[in-house]
Amino acid sequence: MEALVHAAPYTGFVYPNETIIPWGILIVIYPYITGLVAGSFTVATFYHVFGVPRFKPVARFALLTSLAFMLIVPLPLLLHLGHPERALNVILTPHLTSAFAAFGFFAAFYVILVMLEIWFAFREDIIAMAQNRKGLLKRFYRALTLGSDEISETTRAYDAKWLKALAITGIAGAHGLHGYVGFVFGSLKSREWWGSDLMPAIFLVSAIISGISILIVIYVVTSRIRKTLIDKDCMKGLAYLLWGFLIFAVVLEFLEFANIVYKGREGIETVMALIAGPIWFGVWVLQLGGSVAAFVILTYVIWRGTQDKQLIIGVTVSAVMVLVAVFAMRWNVVIGGQELSKTMQGLLSYTPTIFDREGISAVVIVFALPFFVLWGLTRLFPPWLSHGRQT
Amino acid sequence: MKWKISKHQPGRRRFMRLLGRAMVFAGAALFSVGLMGRRGLAAAIPALAGTNYDWTKHRWGFGVDATRCIGCLRCVEACKTENGVVRDAHHFRTWVERYVYLKGERKPQVDSQSDPGNIAASGSETEFRFDNRYQDAKVEKAFFVPKLCNQCEHPPCVQVCPVGATFRTPDGVVLIDHDYCIGCQYCVQACPYGVRLFNHAHGVTDKCTWCYHRIVRGLQPACVEVCPTNARLFGDQNDPESVISKFIRENRTRVLKPEMGTSPNVFYIGLDKEVM
Repeated sequence: MEALVHAAPYTGFVYPNETIIPWGILIVIYPYITGLVAGSFTVATFYHVFGVPRFKPVARFALLTSLAFMLIVPLPLLLHLGHPERALNVILTPHLTSAFAAFGFFAAFYVILVMLEIWFAFREDIIAMAQNRKGLLKRFYRALTLGSDEISETTRAYDAKWLKALAITGIAGAHGLHGYVGFVFGSLKSREWWGSDLMPAIFLVSAIISGISILIVIYVVTSRIRKTLIDKDCMKGLAYLLWGFLIFAVVLEFLEFANIVYKGREGIETVMALIAGPIWFGVWVLQLGGSVAAFVILTYVIWRGTQDKQLIIGVTVSAVMVLVAVFAMRWNVVIGGQELSKTMQGLLSYTPTIFDREGISAVVIVFALPFFVLWGLTRLFPPWLSHGRQT
Repeated sequence: MKWKISKHQPGRRRFMRLLGRAMVFAGAALFSVGLMGRRGLAAAIPALAGTNYDWTKHRWGFGVDATRCIGCLRCVEACKTENGVVRDAHHFRTWVERYVYLKGERKPQVDSQSDPGNIAASGSETEFRFDNRYQDAKVEKAFFVPKLCNQCEHPPCVQVCPVGATFRTPDGVVLIDHDYCIGCQYCVQACPYGVRLFNHAHGVTDKCTWCYHRIVRGLQPACVEVCPTNARLFGDQNDPESVISKFIRENRTRVLKPEMGTSPNVFYIGLDKEVM
């Protein structure tokens, strides 16, 4: 029995059952990955819906990134469940007043939508590969063409129309998915640190900045590996996008915090002790420090019109900082909320385990998986324009 | 949109038709499996087995007279034994809090039987005792507060359960179907009172049921049964002469965290403002 539970040490007074922290680091990684899904899809829609041409080099890659992360999203949840074999009950017999019950539907809807979007975006490549490849791969692409290998102006217009329609639905889907994750936390009145009306909006905007950032990082790294030039104009566009949404994110997070402090409801001393104690490093250094530093660098890059190597390094460094800051934000919300006792008279401190089903090693594996999936997807569907035709 | 007919068209149509049928069939199959998995409410409650109990005829209520509690913790002991709750300092269906106002201090010192000092005093996590730490202190005011599930009228734990494994019975007790719970612990998060606990050995959530298996047989909950001072009271709110009806009628009671909008069914007297 002892090995099954890890009691958190505490100060002040906490309810006895609270010493077992219900949601650990796996549930930190869950909204983090979901956020990357929503954010990378946003970049794709800037090209497919809003028609911003500078995002063309990464538009299809962004779709694959979104799918790769989305396919792994259910994994941290499954690993966390006491009875993962009953997980399907959430879809088969959903309890409709539960925010969690919507997850299966949201996720399934989004996965199908992104797959369709990818199919339309890669249709001509699939047809080409069905003709060029051999053996099993040929059969695979052959099946994927769904029996239509026609490429003409008519089909192109048709594909473009669907791409746009799906992307428009997808914006709602991806952002709905992540706004909903914010609702999972924000709708709980039991926890002062979670129960905020701003929570879904904060989750959404931080999702967008983290998604843009992961795209920047993967784009730069893979371009290095492929020894191809990075599209400067695209990089600049991504920098603008990140900069704009970063301002939103920081302002919203500040407003949220200001609200808690200004209202100063019962137990505010304990809230202040929380951000000065168990999560001070995450809040002040990683989340706030990281966001502000990224903002300063991006502002400099944009203001000075930095070019070439400096531009790429500046934007990439900011992107890494944003990724760390958003991860810290997820930690500060998910873990911080549980470290603040429901008595509002005590603080707990959570330490993740290492070789546990819900430990750090599990999280490392879960977070590495999307990159493998993405690698596989880019092998099957080369998204880079030099490989195929122009979308 | 006008489509050009290609030679693959008939094959694709056939394929799409087949795909459509397969999807409809799979959907229907999944749905019926789901329906089969969903059992009747009463069948999900092992406590009701072998009784003629009619749950539409009762509305249970619980009273706590904090002025009577002496902190002997026999209730905690009885609960752990009766319900097979894990014997450690982190899993409780019911517990007792101690509030002590020391002379010259404006805030009370609060602890429960789980406090490391109290565990040291009892000698192990499987026995429960409050230590004598205030023996030489100048105590201005002190009292004990027993806590247990409030069996709320509007339970947030039931609201958030994604599969409906936890539910409120017509006689007003919130139960869990342990064969249906997926173990996500969302309900543990949603309870404002910290009453829900997780059974790691079985991978499901657990909670106080007011000893449902006992009350449907006309017995008292175990904690009420063993309380030597009648600090805990239990009865049917539908019966105006029951102890609980009298308790509510004759006292000015309060509930915990009324601002949560949960409408608790555990009624307290003798609490101070600091009790959360």
